[in-house]
Amino acid sequence: MDTLAFSGIVGAASFCAGFLGSLTGLGGGVVIVPLLTLVFGADIRYAIGASLVSIIATSSGAAAAYVKEGFTNIRIGMLLEIATVIGALVGASLVAIIPANVIAVIFGLVLLQSAYLASRPRSEHATANLPPDPLATRLRLDSTFPTDAGEARYHVRRVPGGFALMWLAGVLSGLLGIGSGAVKVLAMDQVMLMPFKVSTATSNFMIGVTAAASAGIYLRRGYVVPGLAMPVMLGVLAGAMVGARLLFRMPVRQLRILFAVVIVVLALEMIYHGLAGEL
Amino acid sequence: MAAPDSSMPPADPRLQRVVGSLLRFGVLLAAAVVLGGGVAYLAKHGAAIPDYRVFRGQPAELRSLGGIVRGALALDERSVVQLGLVLLIATPIARVAIAGIAFVFERDRTYVLVALLVLALLLKSLLG
Repeated sequence: MDTLAFSGIVGAASFCAGFLGSLTGLGGGVVIVPLLTLVFGADIRYAIGASLVSIIATSSGAAAAYVKEGFTNIRIGMLLEIATVIGALVGASLVAIIPANVIAVIFGLVLLQSAYLASRPRSEHATANLPPDPLATRLRLDSTFPTDAGEARYHVRRVPGGFALMWLAGVLSGLLGIGSGAVKVLAMDQVMLMPFKVSTATSNFMIGVTAAASAGIYLRRGYVVPGLAMPVMLGVLAGAMVGARLLFRMPVRQLRILFAVVIVVLALEMIYHGLAGEL
Repeated sequence: MAAPDSSMPPADPRLQRVVGSLLRFGVLLAAAVVLGGGVAYLAKHGAAIPDYRVFRGQPAELRSLGGIVRGALALDERSVVQLGLVLLIATPIARVAIAGIAFVFERDRTYVLVALLVLALLLKSLLG
């Protein structure tokens, strides 16, 4: 297979990943690394570099739309970016030390966990009745978000716990080249008890910045290959843009299940090949 | 002056719209540069056999900002693709900078410091 055909096939596969990722809200980044390593035989560090770049491309576009809708809490996003960015720098540095097989196994386990988190039923918890948290008040994190019944107030809780989990999300993002949106949402929704929609929107706001932190290190280490990153970035971006346009005309529920199955299969393959020492 | 209300996004909605447009512009500009470099790359090397199986690391001129800019100015295809990727990485960094400026206008000193810290970490990662 020559470079032209290789780029075309990788680009088409990336388009599908971006398309399904944006339709299902699970993000296309999670399947890029398994796809490049398992199907196209790329070294996992090259695959992670290409994946990070595609995550920045899609998240910057999505974040712009979310901020406008009024769900994003920019103060919380900025504050927690300190944690994710430091984590991302740590994760990106670990890639040079941890063997490729171990990265593959960790990748598979995180992928399974993300699929599980995404498949759980989500319910909005009532946070308005909780008393304000002193630290959250001092940092002016409490805010409101639009609901059917007008603007609703929410109080943010357990900031240090959320900060710690965000650090972990950053490490995973830098180590595995994923957006780790699932862990970010977990930190805000479950630990800090923020409304689910605010958590998802703020998570999207943070993903690009987190990925940019590790992408810089990957670029300087020589893990970003132009010939591989080019079809991946263009394919995922185009797929995500088309997906966002068609969002209301597609059977999203079925696609979500299909994509979740794909993720689980890829996760098991990563774990198997990692344990077998074949990556 | 009253304490800034945290329910408001920093500065006014107009600024947010400008930021949104800038982000989209940054991504599209980066994609256009990557596409341009990519087409030239494929025209020149399309018939070669790709090999990304073995990790070698990229040559030094594709790893440093200075090397990438020099290569792109000399119209080396891979450097042009790499320049597009640098523009892409710069897009969220620019957003943090703009959010920081918005906090300056709000006189929210805590979050100006938060934005500066995030910005410093991001620049450290990209520039070394």
